[in-house]
Amino acid sequence: MSTRTLISPAQLARPRGRKLYWVTFAVVVGIFTIAFLGPLYWLVSSGFKDAQEVIQTPPTLVPGSFEPENYSRAWEVMDLASLLFNTLYYAFGALAFQLVFDVAAAYSLSKLRPVLGKAILGMMLATLMIPATVLVVPQYLTVLDVPLIERNLLNSPWAIWLPSVTNAFNIFLLKRFFDSIPKELLDAASMDGARPMRILWSIVLPISRPILGVVSIFAVVGVWKDFLWPMLTLPDPTKQTLNVGIYSLSNGVPVNVLIAALTIASIPTLLIFLVFQRNIMSGLTAGGLKG
Amino acid sequence: MSAPSLTPSKAAPPRRNPPRAAGPAPSTGRFAKSLKRNLTAHGFLIGAVLCFAVFSWYPMVREFFLAFQKTDGGTTTWVGLDNLTTVVNDPAFWQAWRNTALFTVLALVLGFAVPFVAAVVINEFHHGQGYLRLLVYLPVMLPPVAAVLLFKYLYDPGYGLLNELFGAVGLPEQQWLQDPDISMLAVVVASTWMNMGGATLIYLAALQGIPGELYEAAELDGAGILRKIWHVTIPQTRLILSLMLLMQVIATMQVFVEPFLLTGGAGPEGSTTTVVYLIYQYAFNFNNYGAAAALGLLLLVLLAGFSAAYVKLSRAEDE
Repeated sequence: MSTRTLISPAQLARPRGRKLYWVTFAVVVGIFTIAFLGPLYWLVSSGFKDAQEVIQTPPTLVPGSFEPENYSRAWEVMDLASLLFNTLYYAFGALAFQLVFDVAAAYSLSKLRPVLGKAILGMMLATLMIPATVLVVPQYLTVLDVPLIERNLLNSPWAIWLPSVTNAFNIFLLKRFFDSIPKELLDAASMDGARPMRILWSIVLPISRPILGVVSIFAVVGVWKDFLWPMLTLPDPTKQTLNVGIYSLSNGVPVNVLIAALTIASIPTLLIFLVFQRNIMSGLTAGGLKG
Repeated sequence: MSAPSLTPSKAAPPRRNPPRAAGPAPSTGRFAKSLKRNLTAHGFLIGAVLCFAVFSWYPMVREFFLAFQKTDGGTTTWVGLDNLTTVVNDPAFWQAWRNTALFTVLALVLGFAVPFVAAVVINEFHHGQGYLRLLVYLPVMLPPVAAVLLFKYLYDPGYGLLNELFGAVGLPEQQWLQDPDISMLAVVVASTWMNMGGATLIYLAALQGIPGELYEAAELDGAGILRKIWHVTIPQTRLILSLMLLMQVIATMQVFVEPFLLTGGAGPEGSTTTVVYLIYQYAFNFNNYGAAAALGLLLLVLLAGFSAAYVKLSRAEDE
């Protein structure tokens, strides 16, 4: 990192500058740690406290009581295992649908260039301009009675999976990446007799690993974080996601058990983030802005 | 990437055309080929297009119709502007818009400025940038129930950490979410904490693209830190800043989850009822889809201008 920034290296090199730099650095790191890690620490540690200690003032920094069984109680009382399973099922199902349909669509729009392809892409991108919340009501009514097949998708995973495909931003990201794959490469393959499916599978997909990774992470995290849509379309308590399930049970359980449940619910996405940090950061900046 | 040496296409092995019963005139052959190519291409598109048709395009059209219809039991009647008048005459209507506007303004002051300042500060450090980036993005990865209920505890007037903190530095304790005067601010603070990570990282990337010579030149002209920010940093990141501003407006005008989870939606004396919460109430508490759609259409009209500007700007950025 030798890029020149706001403060000149000459200023920094002076003893006073260096002192100031380290003081500011310590203050900022301190503030950031307290502001962003502090609440998480409170969450995890309160999960170990007994009900009395959680609501005690002043709060204890290190739990005086130690009840790791809060976590197992949360697991059982709130049936976190099935909530977790549901969420995983919806998230990875949505990921599969998005990977298959959105990648195929982006490949077609970018490389096969069908008649009306531009218009279709335009109509897809137009959905980004409609505020998502405005569509929630008609989308919900559509799920109640899907046209053509006349099925009610309420309480069915399809209600999560199929609408997740309509992610114009993903298609746009993928198409932009596919556009950058040199045409000569694909021409050569098709001269060797490869059909479009084979070209997609053996040439385009292997090259596109980075963007596929980014899209996949956002797809999984998107379902994991969604609240309103699963709350509306999955009213059956046994079919709910972690977010909705914990929310609807939140009033009936002791504080410390609820906090333990929140901690457990946070672990998977935090793990995804810690493992795939690099991809997420590059996706955020390379993909530019999310619409 | 090693580009394969290109042989002229004439040298390519002749493609085996499917045997065609009808005349093998070259024009028909080309037509058949283009038809086949198009069929393949549309075959790849069909899954996504069907999903869009059913779950995006059809609901878009339907939203428009719903707004002018009333459904009673099984019968749907055209009621013109009735839904709109119902919505506008609801006493909650203006309050919801005022609250939403307040949320948006507060979210711009905090949610727009805080990540930018954070990014400018982080960018100055030669150490620990990775750690700081990790920290600001952590809350983004929390499921909203976890983040929001966490804040509910922090805000608790009885044992909440925030009052504890206020007490420690000698500030008066607050009722936070229970006080109609500051409940919206409390919601915005929580929302900013939850969501600022993405914006901060985008700003950081933009800041790192600023050529250092510009700062050097400004120094030669005797500019201090603030003047450098004003004359170099901000102009250089103007496009990203305006994009994020538009996006922030579009996103915050649609806020729902934070007030819904923090204050149950309405909040004390309706002080956190937002437009989208009102839409939610019409549709899912009162089963009045027409009114919900009419209100949605108003929001759509209001946000269309911002969205159009956003698309135009992001295209400019692309080029």
